[in-house]
Amino acid sequence: MTTPAEAPLEAPTIPYVDPVRRARARARGRRDGLIASVSTVVVFAILAYLITSSPGWPKVQETFFNVDEAISAWPSLIKAFVLNIKIFLVAEFFILILSLLIALGRGLRAPVALPVRILSTVYVDFFRGVPTILVILLLGFGVPALQLKGVTNSPVVWGTVALILSYTAYVAEVYRAGIESIHPSQRAAARSLGLSSVQTTRYVVLPQAVRRVVPPLLNDFIALQKETALVSLLGPIEVLRSAQIDASANFNYTAYVVAALLFVAITLPLTRFTDWLQRRDTRRRMAGAM
Amino acid sequence: MTFLVVNDVHKGFGHLPVLKGINLEVDLHEVVVLIGASGSGKSTLLRCINGLEAVDAGEVRIGDLEVTAPDVDLDAVRQRVGIVFQQFNLFPHMSVIDNVTLAPRKVQGQSRSRAQDAARELLARFGLADKADDYPDRLSGGQQQRVAIVRALAMKPEVMLFDEVTSALDPLLVGEVLDVIRELKQEGMTIVMATHEMGFAQEVADRVCFLDGGTVLEEAPPALLFGSPQHATTRSFLARVARI
Repeated sequence: MTTPAEAPLEAPTIPYVDPVRRARARARGRRDGLIASVSTVVVFAILAYLITSSPGWPKVQETFFNVDEAISAWPSLIKAFVLNIKIFLVAEFFILILSLLIALGRGLRAPVALPVRILSTVYVDFFRGVPTILVILLLGFGVPALQLKGVTNSPVVWGTVALILSYTAYVAEVYRAGIESIHPSQRAAARSLGLSSVQTTRYVVLPQAVRRVVPPLLNDFIALQKETALVSLLGPIEVLRSAQIDASANFNYTAYVVAALLFVAITLPLTRFTDWLQRRDTRRRMAGAM
Repeated sequence: MTFLVVNDVHKGFGHLPVLKGINLEVDLHEVVVLIGASGSGKSTLLRCINGLEAVDAGEVRIGDLEVTAPDVDLDAVRQRVGIVFQQFNLFPHMSVIDNVTLAPRKVQGQSRSRAQDAARELLARFGLADKADDYPDRLSGGQQQRVAIVRALAMKPEVMLFDEVTSALDPLLVGEVLDVIRELKQEGMTIVMATHEMGFAQEVADRVCFLDGGTVLEEAPPALLFGSPQHATTRSFLARVARI
């Protein structure tokens, strides 16, 4: 077969731009940059002045932004925060696996799998409807009350289990939406090649679905990172509880502010990463080569 | 020798009957082209032949295999029947070589290296050697469709079905895809294709079937069917197509 003439898709040449226009565009860019910097500095300076010169400021600063207080509370806060991170990491691991199983369970169409489908559906309906805080209280206080032999009473364990149960329901729905968003023609193409239904899901549908749901998945994990604070209700000294102890001992709320900043510090990278992924996704769809 | 038989097949979707007792026989090494208006049942017929759609009545046979038998292993049927779709349907998350080797590896259990060698050879034959490691969205429509054909050929099918494979293509890219089908015909592949490319139908078909309202209204060698169509419906269809 002769090699067909193709429109070159990867043009290696650099597009030609008129030097005068290029210079003009650069000048405009510099001017815009300057205006943006000046405007930002001025606005923030005014805001800072207004806040710090207001009559209540010294009292606010003393209560919420007390540097000595922050320094003295820091060691116990950071130590407690490690517990939040542990809870988060363990929960995330189980959520990722369980929710995928539930999502796949809901998609089963074989008659023999009907009970699995029913169970998965009921599970998701139930845990999406119940407030996370209620599940935490129910398990954290309820299970120890049963006084079961060989079952731990650890509030950290049961708090984490509650978070897993609650978030698995949300994340399963995210996965399911992703799986259902893959066009049926992909499945038809795979089946036409002789792939079984399971192989089609494994090699064709899931890889595409997971890629598609990464941004919403990360959103749920950002929420989960914050909700680890709810485990404090059961008593363990995680960062919120630690801040609370500090605040009530000194009648100063700086420890809360520090705890808040800690949460922001760990969610921020994930938030930015999610934004970036979503932007990249949009760009790809705009390029719309499919 | 008759290789593929479609015998009195009915297929409807909900309350809409699409195939109404259609009959078709295809010999080994024969190229049969299906023409007809949109909705006349061409695509549905092709999808019934490889078992993508279950028939409501009638039977389909390929060689000694009854596709419509209740206990048939459809995965086995589909290994013998290659199909290429209008919209290419390449797997966008896989490189070209992975698209082509997925089924040979996972269905036929070939080793990665063996499947890749065979795939590279096929890709090279159809002018796609340098595209093996690209992802589908980096390819033109014509290249994507050729990859889709190669992907089907990698399973060494006994018959190839083409479902309007050039309809989604830029007119400039149609030729390269038709070249591939020409080559397959020369190699003696048994082919059933639905198309709107009347010129191409005339050139490659051993027989042309005109579908209307879910049955084959008229079938004849291309010179006859295009030269002196017997039915008024066929004549008016051909006249309408000629005006485009």
